[in-house]
Amino acid sequence: MSDNHHHEETFFQKYIWSVDHKVIGIQYGITSLLFLLFGFGLMAVMRYQLAYPETVIPIIGQWLFAESGGIMLPENYNTFGAMHGTIMIFLGVVPLAVGAFGNYLVPLQIGAPDMAFPKLNAASYWTYFVGGVVMMASFFTPEGAARSGWTSYPPLSIFESGQTMWLLSMVFLITSSLLGSMNIIVTIVQLRAPGLTWFKLPFFIWTQLVTSFLLVLAFPPLEAAAVLQLMDRLAGTSFFLPSGLVYAGEAVAAYGNGSPLLWQHLFWFLAHPEVYVLILPAIGIVGEILANNTRKPLWGYKSLVYAISFLGFMSFIVWAHHMFLTGMGQTMSAFFQLTTMIISIPSVVVLTAFFISLWGGSIRFNTPMLFALSFLPMFGIGGLTGLPLGVAASDIYLHDTYYVIGHFHYVVAPGTLFALFAGIYYWFPKITGRKLHEGMGKLHFFPSFLAMNGIFMPMFIQGLAGLSRRMYDGGQQYAHASDITHWNEFMTISAFILGLAQIPFILNIFITLSTKKSEDRNPWKSTTIEWSAPSPPLPHVNFESAVEVHRGPYEYSVPEREEDFYPQTSP
Amino acid sequence: MSSIPYIVEERPDTGLNNSKLGVWIFLASEVMLFGGLFSAYVFLRLAAPEGDFDYWGAKLNVPMATFNTMLLITSSVTMVMSWASLKLKQFDKYKMYLGITILCALGFLCVKYFEYTGKFHHGIYPSSSTFMGIYFTLTGLHVLHIIGGLVVLIYLWTRQADKMWEENPDLLANRIEVTGLYWHFVDLVWIFLFPILYLL
Repeated sequence: MSDNHHHEETFFQKYIWSVDHKVIGIQYGITSLLFLLFGFGLMAVMRYQLAYPETVIPIIGQWLFAESGGIMLPENYNTFGAMHGTIMIFLGVVPLAVGAFGNYLVPLQIGAPDMAFPKLNAASYWTYFVGGVVMMASFFTPEGAARSGWTSYPPLSIFESGQTMWLLSMVFLITSSLLGSMNIIVTIVQLRAPGLTWFKLPFFIWTQLVTSFLLVLAFPPLEAAAVLQLMDRLAGTSFFLPSGLVYAGEAVAAYGNGSPLLWQHLFWFLAHPEVYVLILPAIGIVGEILANNTRKPLWGYKSLVYAISFLGFMSFIVWAHHMFLTGMGQTMSAFFQLTTMIISIPSVVVLTAFFISLWGGSIRFNTPMLFALSFLPMFGIGGLTGLPLGVAASDIYLHDTYYVIGHFHYVVAPGTLFALFAGIYYWFPKITGRKLHEGMGKLHFFPSFLAMNGIFMPMFIQGLAGLSRRMYDGGQQYAHASDITHWNEFMTISAFILGLAQIPFILNIFITLSTKKSEDRNPWKSTTIEWSAPSPPLPHVNFESAVEVHRGPYEYSVPEREEDFYPQTSP
Repeated sequence: MSSIPYIVEERPDTGLNNSKLGVWIFLASEVMLFGGLFSAYVFLRLAAPEGDFDYWGAKLNVPMATFNTMLLITSSVTMVMSWASLKLKQFDKYKMYLGITILCALGFLCVKYFEYTGKFHHGIYPSSSTFMGIYFTLTGLHVLHIIGGLVVLIYLWTRQADKMWEENPDLLANRIEVTGLYWHFVDLVWIFLFPILYLL
């Protein structure tokens, strides 16, 4: 394509202020993985506190909670909880799934030289970076970090300390998501290689497209809500403060007439589509890996595409199923129950199509495939346990119990996160030219799989028994919880095993990076376009020559062909 | 990097160039941003005690806002004229019309400044009432959008534009078209703000 930039780029031009989508994707990937690790660290401290409440936290307790002699106070627990949720969702999983995988793979899978707007792409990463810095800096302010939960419900969030930094950071993160997802949409629509028609797009591209639309349309109302909450905190307005409010024994001196429910509506209008932002890229990654490792076409490709498009549309009209307990009325509840039941249909279509894809395949059980396979039952458990929460009658009992925590963690942790691990193992050879070590990969997978279930399965038991979430002592002071709190220790040990299980993964990356590069650009024998580029793809142009596409994304085991796969680019 | 296709020319099967599609998607997200705030306005107005919004709404300066509406509509018209001039290869006219657009925007900001300070002099702040809160939030965010647009307009009026005109006139026309779409949107937001805040 273009050979006209022979000038040498400096280190900073090449790796820091780069506008190359591959470098930006890796920047996103490293930053978000570090945030995931940090979010896990917060959780580990919380889990220790839940299992052994009000004891001195070993090793780091003296340093973290110096004022209380190493014991975690309730307000510390609240801060850790709020920041764990915020960091995992907004700084960890979404930037990894959309920022890293989307940025790196979308241009490659559609045969494009780069994203449509390379500078905007870099701006999106650096806005995310600033948002992350502000969020981290909030730990070191005199007020401390936010402690009103990741949902930041007013009126509490208006009075609690640390919230201002949280809101400012969210404005940056939302802006970054908007820039990034806008870029992905334009890239997919405009930069598809000649011959790559809509139904020849790999399924992963479809999931990125729907995800980007969700981000573009769902995030702005939260930005609006964040601005309103900032006004409440800084300018003394009372958008979310009702009249006659008493806080800490004193009447609140605000005009009043506001509504805490308004925040909940604006917040969940984002936060429900956000759930699908977390899960859709994961579904896309799993789809790619299943087709590749069963050596079969993805079953029901078109119904999958229709299902996720419908899912994306429906996700905008289910938000109030998070609010059954607020007394918004029978009619509203009935409507949102109905839409919630309807939205479970496309999810089931996806899972069913994936299971049927396995049928009759000669499955290769490599590490990416193991993670992708375990995604199916884990996401299944997460999804099915969501149904009782979507019906108001059972939700009123289960709301705000550990059952809810178990439900969404099954979707996001062993669900999405496993899919993202699968993606890292699968595309690592493309990114670096080296395959991650299989044995260490399995050493990563099996303990992680067991530990994940060890952490989250008992949450269903605790939740069904009525144990409330967000209690800093894990429910020790509640008599009705006394016969299920013993699970806390089991879950905490599982969490620490999960932490240890990540060591082989981290070591694997560094050890593999020090090995010799392989010349094989398609080690998994895959059909999609990114595997026809060199590994790693050429800076700024990706492919050696213009890409032309001749066939669909999953032509595996085509009869009358010697090789068992037919690359999209081969005539 | 320079090999990215469809920066200015249209992709045959979509009939769009990259920046035009990009700005439309950006505007869709802007609709959702202001949509969220407009719904908040409706929600708060319905929940407010009888007459509360009317009482506070009467304190706003309708003639000033009407003048501002005229300024913005004029600026939208001249924005289109500046783009049309470029298409007709009349660079001097382009500069004149874009100059008028910039002056209108600056005029809008001046009027807004006097409106805001007038309120502050009378001791009216966002915290004074729910109406004033949503008034300052909505118009403040709108003013930020005007300022953002103004920065781009001024950039496209400076010598950078002369340079671009010589090197790549199509690119300049494309930039002006895209900026114009944004500018019309900001204008349109005001067309909604004016009645719901000043007149209703």
